[in-house]
Amino acid sequence: MEQTAVLEHFDVEKIRQDFPILTRKVNGKPLVYLDNGATTQKPKQVIDAIVEYYTQLNSNVHRGVHYLSQLATDAFEVTRRKLRPFINAAHEHEIILTKGTTEGINLVASCYGKAYVKAGDEIIISAMEHHSNIVPWQMLCEERGATLRVVPINDAGELDMEAYRAALNDRTKMVAVTYVSNALGTVNPVGEIIRQAHAAGAPVLLDAAQAVQHLPIDVQALDVDFLVFSGHKMYGPTGIGVLYGKEKWLDAMPPYQGGGEMIKDVAFEKTTYNELPFKYEAGTPNIEAGICLAHAVDYLETAGLNRIAQHERELLAYAGGRLLEIPELRIIGTAQEKSSVVSFLLGGIHPYDVGVILDKLGIAVRTGHHCTQPLMERYGIPGTVRASIAMYNTKEDIDALVAGVQKAAEMLA
Amino acid sequence: MTINEIQEELIEDFAFFDDWMAKYEYLIQLGKELPLIDDQYKTDEYLIKGCQSKVWLHADHQRGKVLFTADSDAIITKGLVALMIKVLSGHSPAEIADSELYFIDQIGLKEHLSPTRANGLLSMVKQMKLYALALQAKGR
Ligand SMILES: Cc1ncc(COP(=O)(O)O)c(C=O)c1O
Repeated sequence: MEQTAVLEHFDVEKIRQDFPILTRKVNGKPLVYLDNGATTQKPKQVIDAIVEYYTQLNSNVHRGVHYLSQLATDAFEVTRRKLRPFINAAHEHEIILTKGTTEGINLVASCYGKAYVKAGDEIIISAMEHHSNIVPWQMLCEERGATLRVVPINDAGELDMEAYRAALNDRTKMVAVTYVSNALGTVNPVGEIIRQAHAAGAPVLLDAAQAVQHLPIDVQALDVDFLVFSGHKMYGPTGIGVLYGKEKWLDAMPPYQGGGEMIKDVAFEKTTYNELPFKYEAGTPNIEAGICLAHAVDYLETAGLNRIAQHERELLAYAGGRLLEIPELRIIGTAQEKSSVVSFLLGGIHPYDVGVILDKLGIAVRTGHHCTQPLMERYGIPGTVRASIAMYNTKEDIDALVAGVQKAAEMLA
Repeated sequence: MTINEIQEELIEDFAFFDDWMAKYEYLIQLGKELPLIDDQYKTDEYLIKGCQSKVWLHADHQRGKVLFTADSDAIITKGLVALMIKVLSGHSPAEIADSELYFIDQIGLKEHLSPTRANGLLSMVKQMKLYALALQAKGR
């Protein structure tokens, strides 16, 4: 009962007013934005902060003694301070600011790999990973003579936990899996995945690119070793992301890139590295995005992740039901636990064709393989049409999508 | 008809469509009517890598003219491919190599020719011209 009472406070119309782009037209039609898995739109709080940054603060961070540099540095560090409780990290210095999810994964593959992965070792990923969580591990395995093991999925798009357990062994050096699948929407049983990996002595990296904006995350409760996500998919700016790592790993691993900021002392004989988090933040960061990400965190917290999750869950159920009214429409990814994504195919029609017609109707979806080619291969399909939901989406958006798909079905039949 | 005469004719045809839907319905129709490509050419060797939809293209040289056949797994792409074939097929290698394809822009389908568009159409046009150039070189 309490849940419904809480939900009543989630005023989607009021939220929509914070997103200026939602009032624009595309191809003469009101924009229906359902490509949130690719990137979300930004609330005016974030947009205003970007303007404010360049009109009031612009300066390099962590270096100057001058006033503006201090202001910019403080603002930049506010983001780290807000991100800590946002994911409930134990320490602020466990929050490394990166360019995004991809860089976070590459950083861990490279630095953890250098320290811990040898010939004969094994890395476990899943069949539903984004290319960003496949290729860095493949590169590491190639470099080190290690083996990449892939946990299969069932037809619904759920991980085969039996196969996962069987794959874990004392050669397993890392388990890297996605929290929420960007192509199917599956929410993986990450608590269980982490417990089992730890029992086998392996750390876990969670790709939370499609999770942080949809559900509350507590890295300590999960006991996850590394967690990565992108600012641009959580209503924040592009070019900034987060790598959370347990202090013990971040201390033990070598730095990623060399340069300014990451050093304590540089001499030609020997350079000593800066402390956490700066050890992993070489060079001038994306200051604007770093500062403005704090406003996206604020925005998510004000809206409330539990309320967002419930609103999106209702929309997803509504979308699934309505889409299945369309003859010959088939949903790809029917896991018990799903979040925010509905991927589908319309008979034998190519997803690209459906995407073109929807675009003409002002409806933005993604078509193609969603950077998960091995997953599409697993289903034997060239790709899907993917509608992905954000907190500002409404039943009207879903109705527009359904009408659009019906129109596409008529035209393309 | 010359390549440019065909382009002019297409521009006139498309002027009759007063909304996008009619235009796309026509494209889809063209896609459906495109003569089938011989199955032996629907292999990787003849595949033009577009990001999302596949396009297969084959060129034949007969009595000084290049004859194109093609297919795609997406029907709208196939319609666009059919347009290209209408314009370029049946001309000499030199005419094809030197042609300037302005009709796409004028019939309001420019977005499909953008290099960032993931349908492979631009690569297809390049490939058609490359075939023509290769045949031209051989003919000398
Ligand atoms: C699950 C998942 N992982 C990784 C990425 C890569 O994120 P980014 O391009 O922001 O680095 C994405 C984005 O599409 C994603 O959905």
